[in-house]
Amino acid sequence: MTTMQARSPDRAEQLATLRAILERHGRQPAKLIPILQAVQDEYRYLPEEVLSYVATALGLPPAHVYGVATFYAYFALEPKGKYVVRLCDGTACHVKNSLPILDALRDHLQVDEEHKTTADMQFTVETVACLGACGLAPVVMINGQVHSRMTPEAAVQLIEEIRKSEPAEA
Amino acid sequence: MVAKDVLTEAEPKIPHVAGRRIIVCAGTGCKANGSEAVYEAFLESIAAAGAQVAVEFKSEGGDGEVSVTRSGCQGVCSQAPLVTILPDTVLYMRVQPSDVEEIVAKTLVAGQVVERLLYHLPDTGAACRGAKDIPFLNRQTHVVLREVGYLDPENLQEYLRLGGYEAARKAFLQMTPEGICIEVAQSGLRGRGGGGFPTGRKWEAARQRPNVKKYVICNADEGDPGAFMNCSVMEGNPHSVIEGLLIAARAIGADEAYVYIRAEYPLAVKRMKQAVADAEAAGFLGDNVFGSGLRVHCELKEGAGAFVCGEETAMIASVEGQRGMPRPKPPFPAYSGLWGKPTVINNVETLAQVTRIIRDGPAVFRQVGTPTAPGTKTFSITGHVANTGLIEVPLGTTLGEVVYGIGGGVTDDAGRLSKDGFKAVQIGGPSGGCLTPDHVNLPLDYDALRGVGAMVGSGGLVVMNQQTCIVSIARFFLDFTQRESCGKCVLCREGTRQMLALLDDIIAGRADATTLPLLESLAHAVQKGSLCGLGKTAPNPVLSTLRHFRPEYEAHIVQKRCPAGRCKALRKITINETKCIGCGACLHKCPVNAISGEKKKPHRINLVACIKCGACAEACKFAAVEGV
Repeated sequence: MTTMQARSPDRAEQLATLRAILERHGRQPAKLIPILQAVQDEYRYLPEEVLSYVATALGLPPAHVYGVATFYAYFALEPKGKYVVRLCDGTACHVKNSLPILDALRDHLQVDEEHKTTADMQFTVETVACLGACGLAPVVMINGQVHSRMTPEAAVQLIEEIRKSEPAEA
Repeated sequence: MVAKDVLTEAEPKIPHVAGRRIIVCAGTGCKANGSEAVYEAFLESIAAAGAQVAVEFKSEGGDGEVSVTRSGCQGVCSQAPLVTILPDTVLYMRVQPSDVEEIVAKTLVAGQVVERLLYHLPDTGAACRGAKDIPFLNRQTHVVLREVGYLDPENLQEYLRLGGYEAARKAFLQMTPEGICIEVAQSGLRGRGGGGFPTGRKWEAARQRPNVKKYVICNADEGDPGAFMNCSVMEGNPHSVIEGLLIAARAIGADEAYVYIRAEYPLAVKRMKQAVADAEAAGFLGDNVFGSGLRVHCELKEGAGAFVCGEETAMIASVEGQRGMPRPKPPFPAYSGLWGKPTVINNVETLAQVTRIIRDGPAVFRQVGTPTAPGTKTFSITGHVANTGLIEVPLGTTLGEVVYGIGGGVTDDAGRLSKDGFKAVQIGGPSGGCLTPDHVNLPLDYDALRGVGAMVGSGGLVVMNQQTCIVSIARFFLDFTQRESCGKCVLCREGTRQMLALLDDIIAGRADATTLPLLESLAHAVQKGSLCGLGKTAPNPVLSTLRHFRPEYEAHIVQKRCPAGRCKALRKITINETKCIGCGACLHKCPVNAISGEKKKPHRINLVACIKCGACAEACKFAAVEGV
């Protein structure tokens, strides 16, 4: 995970990071997707002004960049929380009752389908088609870490454990 | 069948560099269950027991060392984390860091087994010492998975000791491109990604193109929810995939290769990246492959979460940095693909099979499977089944063998074996169809499955028990394809949306006599009016469940009843008058005041006001609320 804060990083620093990403990919328009992935890994989302900057740098119409950014589920145009909770709703997890877990997580964190991120920018709850751990269904992935054989109670407890491990100011 | 021989032969092939070898499974499933901590505990525990262990090993004639390695998926994901000890061939399951000390003391030092960590047969309770004794493992035929679970996937040297890259070396130094295409064609290998198109024919078409620039792409965008075979192969034996990709490049004359891999598989991405880097450093990839003077460069492309990118032309668009939308075929990618150049796209498993075909020859490959579908196929078996995990069987193996013989039978919601619990199996994910207990003798191969309206697909098998609502499952798949539709074709974009609305009507009790005919005609229209495989196959789950479970649809529509009791809107919650003592607990809990009744007299639920939340059932201490 990036250590950089999602909101208002220093402007010059932001540009330097962005340029480094573009250079790493040789400013090739064909590398648009890896570039956007790298940008998102850095900022946790794709800020609008960054999309325009990337478009100009690659000599692509902004509409093209925006079109690609909105096509793929991986890209987010809104900031995500510090912890991204991805509930697997693949077939194996679904038949093993993954949806009550989603309901419990959303209830607990006061988020829904439209508003996936908590007001304090700590948690984002989203579903994912399959995490490839079907033998241990249902599973939840929190920032890349897979947690297996989940129940609604266990999932809520995981969230609480993370909350407790956070410094008080959060 | 040669199943048992192949498996028993597989184990000793792994060289024991050290006296003993402890293999901790580091597949996604086992890692999620803490196998990394188990690995660390072994390292610590062995260091601590150092002198004693070393003495023991010397007396066994080894070189006095014990090695601890991590491997890819060992298959029995339901029992994670797994630990295999060679050469004892002991397989321990559900191993926790706290068990490690005992394993070191008993198994490594004293040569005994830790009984409680062995697999126990669910029916007789008998302990199984190793893979050879466990039905889930010994009824399989491992070819692609032979080394997965034994091999250290991050160690190229180990792969080389097993004859790794010999096939690619042979392809580059001794075989002509034409000769490779002929061998692959002779093997009868068909694409393992779903369609089942003959691989040899695809390669031959691309080979014959006069272009100087050609591409090969490994399709590692395993998007089917409920399938993780390719993930496991890449995590467990990444070099076998890279080697197959090299052979494909040689066969068609390509000098650039891509691996298009799902970003949702971080571990597979990491291991494939490492494998590419190691192969480059060893001179197997680069400007002078095996000293042949030919160049092949390989690059990893991470997907960005679009199911449709598993489709060849959409994948090409995505590699080019565009929105991943399919285009009409022909021209097929073998003629005009990536940047308009001839391109061959093969699935992960297809490429891993190619490595074996070139190494061992097509005749060995054809020893198992059926004449029209030779070889083995990996499946992931999940859902309501006793043994979930990764399996590999010859094509043509019956459904019954997979579900009962290997899977160990169907379980109920609580995880207990249930004799008559088998309701259906979804095969091929959201593009596939369902099979029923009537199909237990059906051979699983491309043509037999197509005959009953299903498909092999990528090989995801999801077993469902009697408590599963078939209409909800069809809705689940359609909801998935509807969301993943790229929006190019009207019938796929709008048609799937309307089909979903019709299914919602059925589930919510709003459907009438016109719903099913409309649903069916719309399904056929979507099949006919869509450009790519996603749209063409999106209605399959609906059509195949309608074919096998029509009465269940009708029960929802006519009787407004969900036979599995899953559809919330169709529940009829009642209070059993003989059980209700009139305590009023439910009455107070009901958020919509739908319950009425005097104290100490049976209460009643007003079904019109009831929102079926189930709060009353939770509040009742006498189990008087029924139908929740």
